[in-house]
Amino acid sequence: MIVYILCFILFLVGLFGVLTSRNIIKIIIGLTFLEISINLFLVLIGYVEGGQIPILVKGSENLHFVDPLPQALVLTSIVIGLSTNAMLLAVAIRIYKKFKTFDIRKIRSLKG
Amino acid sequence: MYKLIPLPVILPLVAAFLIAIVGKRFKRLAKILSVLVFLSTAVLSYWYMVAGNQETMLYKIGGWEPINDIPIGVYMLLDPFSGFMLCIINTIALLSTVYSVNYITKFTGVNYFYTLLSIMVAGLNGVVLAGDLFNLYVFLEITVISSYALVAFGTDKEELEASLKYQVLGGIATSLILFSIGMIYWYTKTLNMMDITRVLHASGDVKLIQFCQLMLIAGFGLKAAIMPFHGWLPDAHSSAPSPISAMLSGVVIKAAGLYVIFRLFFNMFELNFEISVLITAIGTLSMVVGVFLAIGQWDLKRLLAYHSISQMGYVIIGVGMGMIILSRQGSLAAASLAITGGLFHLVNHAVFKGLLFLNAGAIEYRLGTRDLKKMGGLAEKMPLTAATSLGASMAISGIPPFNGFFSKLIIIIAAIQARFYILAALAVLVSIITLASFMKFQRYAFFNGKISASRVNISEVPPFMAFSMTIMALLCLALSLLLIPDLREHVLQPAVDILTGRNAYFINLLNK
Repeated sequence: MIVYILCFILFLVGLFGVLTSRNIIKIIIGLTFLEISINLFLVLIGYVEGGQIPILVKGSENLHFVDPLPQALVLTSIVIGLSTNAMLLAVAIRIYKKFKTFDIRKIRSLKG
Repeated sequence: MYKLIPLPVILPLVAAFLIAIVGKRFKRLAKILSVLVFLSTAVLSYWYMVAGNQETMLYKIGGWEPINDIPIGVYMLLDPFSGFMLCIINTIALLSTVYSVNYITKFTGVNYFYTLLSIMVAGLNGVVLAGDLFNLYVFLEITVISSYALVAFGTDKEELEASLKYQVLGGIATSLILFSIGMIYWYTKTLNMMDITRVLHASGDVKLIQFCQLMLIAGFGLKAAIMPFHGWLPDAHSSAPSPISAMLSGVVIKAAGLYVIFRLFFNMFELNFEISVLITAIGTLSMVVGVFLAIGQWDLKRLLAYHSISQMGYVIIGVGMGMIILSRQGSLAAASLAITGGLFHLVNHAVFKGLLFLNAGAIEYRLGTRDLKKMGGLAEKMPLTAATSLGASMAISGIPPFNGFFSKLIIIIAAIQARFYILAALAVLVSIITLASFMKFQRYAFFNGKISASRVNISEVPPFMAFSMTIMALLCLALSLLLIPDLREHVLQPAVDILTGRNAYFINLLNK
C-alpha cells in the first residue's frame, strides 16, 4: 500500500509544481513529474506478488507472471510523454527568443 | 464495408507521412493529396450513413478473436453515433483544407501545415472509432499534440503564448485521463469498453468508479473547454490560423471532448443521477457565462471563441437533460427528444461556427486585422463574405429558417416537456444575448460607415476560399431539413438510439 501512497504523493508534487511555479521550465518539469507518477502507477497495478517476467519459455513450469499489459501501456505512454515534452520545450525555446524571459508573469500579450 | 473501418485513420496518416517525406519534391502534392484524402474519407462516412444500413460493426485488429467470450484484441467500433461524428469531422476537414489552399500562402512551411492537419484528422477519426480506452487515449494525444503545433503555427508572440497555455492545461488533462484509465483497468482488469461495461454491470455501484468518473469529467472537460476548464480556449482558438480555428472550434472540442463524455457516460458507465446533474450544471454554467464573456470582446476571433463555449453549453444541456430523465427512469420519448436536440445542435454548431471562423479568416486575409473597431463598410467590397457571415450569424443566434433555430427550439421544447423551466428560460435568454453580440459583429464589420481611403482597392477573397464559405453557408440552410421526420429518422435517430440504449447496448454488443 505504501508504494501507491508514495506514487500519489509524486503525482501531487507534480501538480503543485505545475500550478505554483512561475518559470516555464519548472512548469515543464512539473508536467514530467505527473507523467512519471502515472507511469509508475500503471506499472504498479500490473505487479503480482512473486510474479515473474511474462515471457513464455519452452519447458518453463512456473506460470505465475506479472501482468504484461500495463507494461505495454507504459511503453506507449512514455513515447507520448516524450513527444509532448519535446513540443513543450520547443515552444519554450521560441518563447525565450521572443520575450527574453521564462517568467510567465512577464509573458502576457493575451488577455480578456 | 466491414474491412474499410480502419481506412479513415490510415488514409490521413499515409497522406501525412507522404507529404512530410516527398512534399518538397512535388510542389502541389501537399494540397492535392490532402484534399483527395479528406474527400475520400468524407465519402466513406456518407456511404456508411446512406448505404451501410447503419448497423453496428466491430473490427478486430489483427483478427484476434475473443477467447471464452473475453475480448483480447484491439477493437474498433463503428456504429451510427461514431458514423455521425465521422461525417462532421471529415466534412469540416475537407472544407477547411480547400479553404486553406489560398489562405495558407501567407505562411511559410506549407507542407508542415498539411502534415499536421492530416495527423490531426487521423487522430480525430481514431477517437471516434476507438473501441478500447487506451487506444482512445492514444488517438486523443495524436490529435492534441498536432493541434498544439498548429496553434503555434504563426510562431509570433501571441501564438506561442496561447500554445503554451493550451499545452500545460492539456498536459494536466492528459494526466487525469490516463490516471483514471489506469484505475479502471486496476478494478476491471480489461481495457475493452464493452468488457468494462460487463464487469461494471456485474459489480454494481463502486466508490472507486465514481472517483474515476469525476476525474474523467475533469479531464475531458478540459479538452472540451466546458466552463470551469475553459481558460485555454479563447487564446488557442483565436491565435490559430483560421482554417485550424474552424477545425478546433467546429470539430476538436466536440470529437475529443464531448463525444467521449457522452460515449463513456451513456454506454460504458451505469447512468447515475448525481453525475448527470453535475454534467448538466456545468453545461448550463458554460452556456450562460460564455455568452456574457463573449459580448464584450472586440477581437473578432476571440468573440467567436467565447461563443463556442456558450454553444457547447447548449449541446451539453440537451444531452444532459436526456441523461437526467433516463437516470430517473423517466419517459424514453422525452429523453430521446432532448438528446436529439443536443446532437442536432452539435452538427449545426460545427457548420456555422466553422463558417464564422472562415469568414473571420477572409477578413483577416484582406485587411490584416481582427479588431472589430478597425473594420467597417466591408459589405460593398466583400459581398460574398458579408452574405455568408450574415447567414451564419443568423444561424448561431437562432433565427428561422437557419439550422440553429430548429435545434435550439427542440432543446427548449424538450426542457419544457421535462419541466426544466429555468433551463428553458436561460436557453432563450442566452440566445437573445447571442443575437445582440452578432448584431454588433455585423454592424461593425460590414455596415458601419464608409470604407477608409487606404482600403478602397480591397476585393473579394480568392476562389477556393469563396467556394468553402459558399458550401458551408448552403449547409447552414440545408441542415434545417434534418427536422423533417423522414430524414431525422435516418440521420439523427440511430445515433440517439445508441445513447438511449445505455449500457445494455454495449453488453449486448459483446454477446452477439
